[in-house]
Amino acid sequence: MMVVVQRIGELAQRVGRDVNLMEVCGTHTMAAFRSGLRQLLPSTVHLISGPGCPVCVTDTNYIDAAIALCRRADVIVATFGDLMRVPGSESSLENERAAGAEVRVVYSPTDAVTLAQENSAKKIVFLGVGFETTAPTVAASIVSASKAGLQNFFVLAAHKTMPHAMEALLDDQQVKIDGFICPGHVTVITGAAMYRFICEKYRIPCVVGGFEPFDMLKATEMLLAQIADGRADVEVEYSRSVNDRGNVAAQKLMAEVFEECDAGWRGIGNIPRSGLTIRMKYAAFDAVPALGVRFEPARPHPGCRCGDVLRGVITPLECKLFGKACTPTDPFGPCMVSSEGTCAAYFKYGKRQAAA
Amino acid sequence: MCLAVPAKIVELQGTAATISVEGALREVDVSLIEEPRLGDFVLVHAGFAIHKWDQSEVDEWETIRRGLEVAAGGGGG
Repeated sequence: MMVVVQRIGELAQRVGRDVNLMEVCGTHTMAAFRSGLRQLLPSTVHLISGPGCPVCVTDTNYIDAAIALCRRADVIVATFGDLMRVPGSESSLENERAAGAEVRVVYSPTDAVTLAQENSAKKIVFLGVGFETTAPTVAASIVSASKAGLQNFFVLAAHKTMPHAMEALLDDQQVKIDGFICPGHVTVITGAAMYRFICEKYRIPCVVGGFEPFDMLKATEMLLAQIADGRADVEVEYSRSVNDRGNVAAQKLMAEVFEECDAGWRGIGNIPRSGLTIRMKYAAFDAVPALGVRFEPARPHPGCRCGDVLRGVITPLECKLFGKACTPTDPFGPCMVSSEGTCAAYFKYGKRQAAA
Repeated sequence: MCLAVPAKIVELQGTAATISVEGALREVDVSLIEEPRLGDFVLVHAGFAIHKWDQSEVDEWETIRRGLEVAAGGGGG
């Protein structure tokens, strides 16, 4: 591993200026902090976190809609655990459950289908949140509910997709990005070819990285080598899991159930073509038309700078609420709630390491 | 949230498999990978196997992890 660190140092010298390398995956954020990776990098190489935590980028009005659903006597909301504590305008799913609402944490969307089979008198609404890694599993649950003829299984879908969000960050130009460490498990599904337009249109190198500390160091080295050489290519460090074309069966399933749509990202705003909505063919399983879900304007959280954190414009240390009004036990914004949120990572692993 | 863990298939019936993650067993769906077999190492996300590693890829992973343990003095979590 030290050989890679040494090469990173040599390459940083060759580059001869400060560079910002952005990862856009919550699992990368956590892996980098847990391993103390930033402390191994030269002072000119900055590893910044982008909007890679699906829970953190889920709009407040989506949480509000989920809360409104779980308050209905005929509904059981099923969700991944990460969403439980995310604050909506006035409440959270965890608070609602404590007040008596039926909210179940599931490990897999298929568990929600089983819940529907076991509770035929109730409507089961699964909260479909997540990037391209997760969307095929939710698509599979809708297809399996359709095949089983279930009439009480619904998905409130807010899936988001990476490429156009990365493009929006580059267009935004508030933060200068010199290279992307692309999300490993998103790319298992999509294939690495997806990022080629970023290299061609913006001349920004992209390296798909794995999740062991060595993987992330190696991806950093590969990005620096590209920058030093003046190249902008898609390269795959995580080659034991990622190829150019991805998981075709998962892509087909995703395309069968979902179609591309514009999507609102919490703290960032609307990004064209960055979301997935359920196709008309499966409208019977779409909670929005089937259960008359309405998305009301959300109440803003004054002072919360999660949006700036998610775009990499500031680090959590520059937010006035960080560590004071906003802590993991009493979170104000989503980046402090999710275990993969950038603020939670900064809080857990300490300011000294974060500043390195 | 995009966490995916490597796991070994220890039982297989159609598209339903039992996987072992360092001894902990769980049911997963293997319909998204090609030709799952007993003993295969797969990446599991949200109850689905999303990718299959061949032996050389498993070896690479184990080498990387061993390297980390050496570098970290065998500790870490």
